[in-house]
Amino acid sequence: MEWLIGGIESLGVILVVLTLSAMLLWVERKGSALVQNRVGANRAGVFRIAAPFNLGFMNTLMADPLKLFTKEDFIPAGADRLGHALAPCVALFPAVVTFAAIPFGDTIEVGGRIINLQAINLDVGFLYITALVSLGVYGIVLAGWASNNRWALLGSIRGSAQMISYELAMGISLVSMILLYGTLDMQEMVRWQGGLLFGVLPAWGVFYQPVAFLIVLTAGIAETKRVPFDLPECESELIAGYYTEYSGGKQACFMLSDFAEIVMVSGLVTTLFFGGWQVPYLDSKAGLGLPGMTPMALPAALITALQVGAFVVKVLFFCCFQILVRWTLPRFRYDQLMNLGWKKMMPIALLNMAATALIILLVEQGR
Amino acid sequence: MSPLVFYPLAFVCIASAMGVVLSKNPVRSALCLVSALFCLAIFYVFLQAHLVAALQIIVYAGAVMVLFLFVITLLNLESDRGLGERPALSGIGFCAGAFVAASLVAALSSAVAPGSRGVVLPQTFGTTKVLARQLFGDYLVAFELTSVLLLVAVVGAVVLAKRDGSYEGDEQDAAPARQSEEAPH
Repeated sequence: MEWLIGGIESLGVILVVLTLSAMLLWVERKGSALVQNRVGANRAGVFRIAAPFNLGFMNTLMADPLKLFTKEDFIPAGADRLGHALAPCVALFPAVVTFAAIPFGDTIEVGGRIINLQAINLDVGFLYITALVSLGVYGIVLAGWASNNRWALLGSIRGSAQMISYELAMGISLVSMILLYGTLDMQEMVRWQGGLLFGVLPAWGVFYQPVAFLIVLTAGIAETKRVPFDLPECESELIAGYYTEYSGGKQACFMLSDFAEIVMVSGLVTTLFFGGWQVPYLDSKAGLGLPGMTPMALPAALITALQVGAFVVKVLFFCCFQILVRWTLPRFRYDQLMNLGWKKMMPIALLNMAATALIILLVEQGR
Repeated sequence: MSPLVFYPLAFVCIASAMGVVLSKNPVRSALCLVSALFCLAIFYVFLQAHLVAALQIIVYAGAVMVLFLFVITLLNLESDRGLGERPALSGIGFCAGAFVAASLVAALSSAVAPGSRGVVLPQTFGTTKVLARQLFGDYLVAFELTSVLLLVAVVGAVVLAKRDGSYEGDEQDAAPARQSEEAPH
């Protein structure tokens, strides 16, 4: 029974992430149109006549995958066929399975059985996520190398250099979050953020660690390799970078993995800094209680629905935020990218970590 | 650990380890090594050592091997031309490998003597707390010495790289450095 629940939860999470990633493609098209002041994706053949409103997203969700997966799958001459075929899977895998360790709700009780709303509950869940994030590089390296194309190789070298550089700053900032929460269990981290700060603010990580939040968000956007960090695939220089030689379904996999990474970064930021499934002033047991008021009891099902809903809203907010960033900022130059990663974010992250450790030590001694 | 999981996993692990040695292409070798490390991490998970498994992937698969691959693809090494041309070196390598294998077999065969039932592990085995207490308590000196050793290696690498003088010396090494230097400020 235990493994059945885990299996259903894992499958559900993976399906949701994949669907959300596909939906984000439409959000991106509409969002870019909004930012650039044009109409945007509005051609929906099938249901156009019947629908009273625009169903442009049908196009993205149905026509696009259909087109991509029925296209000719082209493998260039001299390419490493195995590597060429493996690379899209290797790129997609970590982005999709990472979400399994992110809790999307508190534990609920159904028929006397306690179910944890987190697909896999590891006591090192946090490290599981960092481990999988660090595996994301292989898809790019493999794609660039197996394509037997200089642009692809250049793109993959840029990509791996960029991801290594930004992972450092991100990792160090994440260490300061571990210091703060004192646990590696994602569910425990979210519980920690349940109370109130100064009696008014929700005790979310972002209020304790604003610097770490900025660094993790920036490094996370850099990990997704999109503008302003899209040097691995910048089309004005490298055609499409590491996936220049990909077409059809395999290219769709790379696109999907980019969007899945957006969802993953949003989930990570939400969980670490914005209280995960926590709703401000809503306690899982006591119910809703604004500051200075006695808590009002709510039915358990409603509380769970509110919490899962809050998590989804927060994740969607950060997805949209990343898309907005992508269409607002211009691309970095390569030296600016490296300077930002190594000379600015890395020392700031180190200082932040040292300061966090010192403050925690002082606070604990003061007790 | 169920045999249904163990044997396929062991097969993949050994096959990729063989791939590291037998593959002619350095990139393929490196990727096989990543696969072997990944399989080892899964073994650790089944042995209740979750933290070690996560660290294995973060440090070896995620950091060390990425840098290896980065250098290999950057230099774009076409094929393995090192050991094949030096029979003495491959002979020494073979002997060293055989010695390690023999000592491993000797050590492990005594550990699984017939009739022994193994050890019952405590509930907390492999958790972060227990491991950290050992690492930063019982083995603190060794741990710190290892980190000093790594620091020495890093400083040594920088010194060796600087000794060449200018970047112009080697065309291939100069490319990435120049890219960042010559960009207009």
